[in-house]
Amino acid sequence: MTPTATSPIPTVLDERFRAAAAASGLLDVAYDVLDDTPVGPLLVGVSERGLCRVSFDPEPETELERLGREFGPRILRTPSALDRVRRELDEYFAGRRQAFDLDLDLSAAPEFHRRVLAELNRVGYGRTTTYGALAAQVGSPRAARAVGTVMNRNPMPIVLPCHRVVGANGSLTGYGGGLDRKEWLLRLEGALL
Amino acid sequence: MVTGIPPFERFYETHKVEVLAFLRRRAGQDQADDLFQETFLRALRAYGRLEHGEHLRAWVLTIATNAAIDAGRRERPSAELDNDPAGEDERPAFEELAPLTDELPPKERAAVVLRYGYDLDYDTIGAALGSNEQAARQAASAGVRRLRKEKEQR
Repeated sequence: MTPTATSPIPTVLDERFRAAAAASGLLDVAYDVLDDTPVGPLLVGVSERGLCRVSFDPEPETELERLGREFGPRILRTPSALDRVRRELDEYFAGRRQAFDLDLDLSAAPEFHRRVLAELNRVGYGRTTTYGALAAQVGSPRAARAVGTVMNRNPMPIVLPCHRVVGANGSLTGYGGGLDRKEWLLRLEGALL
Repeated sequence: MVTGIPPFERFYETHKVEVLAFLRRRAGQDQADDLFQETFLRALRAYGRLEHGEHLRAWVLTIATNAAIDAGRRERPSAELDNDPAGEDERPAFEELAPLTDELPPKERAAVVLRYGYDLDYDTIGAALGSNEQAARQAASAGVRRLRKEKEQR
């Protein structure tokens, strides 16, 4: 590669381009990384249809590749496009919001996943359900294990509340973001004492 | 589907410093900021239609060159295309085909290089040049005709 100026570009120029890109409507996914939430850093992304990603412990390299395969390569970190998502998550973490008022883009999820996630979205704040019950609600009562897989691949945890799904015996079972976070979220909602 | 094409974020982070430095040398500090944004917005517009992720550095510097040419032309509306001084100094994106396409007017040269050097389709080239598919096609074929004529005359 050619040696070039090593000084970074002015921040104002960088921010101006990112804002213009967000406003241009040309992005497949606009994302940001929220560094200081109570559950650690979260990568959040929106497509033109709505929220399309919430990711714990994001490794941007891997995560952006995955978003590229699912939504297209025009992916850019544009904090201004995530203002609303950031605000609703802040309110949720502060205990001031019980339901998210966001459009969701599940277009990249397989059909069975979409059905399960739609059912999941009806499990209210502070409530819990089981893998088996969700399976029965989508008409596949024996598919509890498959429902577990859908939870594990949930493209937007917290907003689609897979932390509210527990084992039939009441154990927390598992969580894509780790059991500590599941427990924290359930305590926040008063579902665990 | 989009294999080999990096997420735009990585493309932008990889090339932004060099593009700005290039534009400052080329168009001066004052204009460079506006051209920087214009360059990456043009790249973003064309990015979804790229068919592979090769030569992206050459590609973005080509776009930067053309953004600078367009800005220069807007400032000197009467300037002849062929005499446009902005088209005569640095052309890093044209390195490989430069000896062959050196004599072409800037737009035609860019269209020929992007089409035959980088194998981009006309739709993408049009977006990269800030025009459209038809104009890109015309520029490339005008360039090829001109090259043929020059060759015959030699």
